[in-house]
Amino acid sequence: MIDFGYARASDVADALRRIAADPQAKFIAGGTNLVDLMKVDVEQPSQLIDISRLPLKTVEATADGGLRIGALMPNSDLAYHPLVEQRYPLLASAILAGASQQLRNMASTGGNLLQRTRCAYFYDTATPCNKRQPGSGCSAIDGLNRGHAILGTSDACIAVHPSDMCVVMAALDAKVRVLGAAGEREIAFADFHRLPGDTPNIDTNLKRDEIISAVELPAKGFASNYSYLKIRDRLSYAFALVSIAAALELDGGAIKDVRLALGGVAHKPWRNAEAEAALRGRPADQQAFAQIADAYLADAKGYAHNKFKIELARHGIVRTLTQAARGTPQSQSNKKIL
Amino acid sequence: MARTSKAAQTTIPVTLTVNGVDKKLDLAPWTTLLDALRDHLDLTGTKKGCDHGQCGACTVLLDGRRVVSCLTLAVTKDGAKVTTVEGLASNGTLHPVQQAFIDHDAFQCGYCTPGQICSAAGLIAEGKAKTADDIRELMSGNLCRCGAYPNIVAAIQQAMRQS
Repeated sequence: MIDFGYARASDVADALRRIAADPQAKFIAGGTNLVDLMKVDVEQPSQLIDISRLPLKTVEATADGGLRIGALMPNSDLAYHPLVEQRYPLLASAILAGASQQLRNMASTGGNLLQRTRCAYFYDTATPCNKRQPGSGCSAIDGLNRGHAILGTSDACIAVHPSDMCVVMAALDAKVRVLGAAGEREIAFADFHRLPGDTPNIDTNLKRDEIISAVELPAKGFASNYSYLKIRDRLSYAFALVSIAAALELDGGAIKDVRLALGGVAHKPWRNAEAEAALRGRPADQQAFAQIADAYLADAKGYAHNKFKIELARHGIVRTLTQAARGTPQSQSNKKIL
Repeated sequence: MARTSKAAQTTIPVTLTVNGVDKKLDLAPWTTLLDALRDHLDLTGTKKGCDHGQCGACTVLLDGRRVVSCLTLAVTKDGAKVTTVEGLASNGTLHPVQQAFIDHDAFQCGYCTPGQICSAAGLIAEGKAKTADDIRELMSGNLCRCGAYPNIVAAIQQAMRQS
């Protein structure tokens, strides 16, 4: 990690000018992922453009009843923000399930979206990796793939997106606000991250000379019936083997609306709108939850070491939806799964 | 790898207030806060463990919040206030967390201890931990290979009662 320049952006326009002028520059905000990747030479930017002082550290209620989260809002402050705790407790829960408090204090909202996979082969520059070096091959497909994807994989890459926060943002139908030379645009959360396909080196549909300004949540926060269950190798501070974000809107005992998103199983937070739609109007019971679990995992494909994830996800989906229906969300402190 | 632009400057002036004292440094952009503290300011209380943000040994308080100094580039923190384990005691009296670690024998080899103590001071300032489960969860970014965890939790509970 040597030999790169450093510039501090004075405002968003300055940041955009600087990134456009240097095709190998990168933005730095919290730096928790980028600095780590630079230490292992996976990222080798020519310069870092420091955006950490731009005025994007805000959380504000929007006119339509939603929430606008500035891209530089630290993960910890977002999780503990009163509006998030009250109206989007599912988001707060997922954020607190991720990383450590030190990292959450540093990491920004926009940076969380842009964090890269923790696939060990992506980190190891001595091994082939199509995400790190396009065309070199995938070491994980026939390698140690216990933590890898079971959905949406390609022959080029079976890496997973590591975020917890993004799983809930996907479930809540968030929108990503993006600024570029051409002005502002909006990307639906489902379209923000990509499946690997033939280009696993491209994680998202954000262009390299664009900057995330905010993430917007719609009004519906599912604050009564929600749960985020993260299953991992140790009780805390580990990436998900499988994580499940479940949110229900109930009308009596019937499902009026349901959101289900999975983490740790794909190159992006995994949702299946068709399977969700099939549950609307049905009683919120074990039969319905088992049905949606089967639908989500119908196309799942395990590899040598991660086939267990399919059953783990199936049971996890039913459990998390049950927690949501009962109004007893998973505690991220007391780890007992009830 | 081909570069279109190289580092134009070798060092950048950075001012940090470290344990209450203003320090003017000239640092290369790749100098982490951890290396700035240890190698440029001779404050070796802050430990380098994994150097990848996974162990918490390098935890310091940055503007009052706990962070891992190994993943913090010092140039990005120009003007910030940094508190390391060397700066927690005041007027010869140990910080309540430091005293509690002694009272509860909350360490064995001691390598993770400065990070544990800074992290615990940050945790108490945040005011989110109410139960032993909360402490365990919110201290999970600090690993102790000796396994002193039960005594660390007891020490933090004592310090929380005192603050």
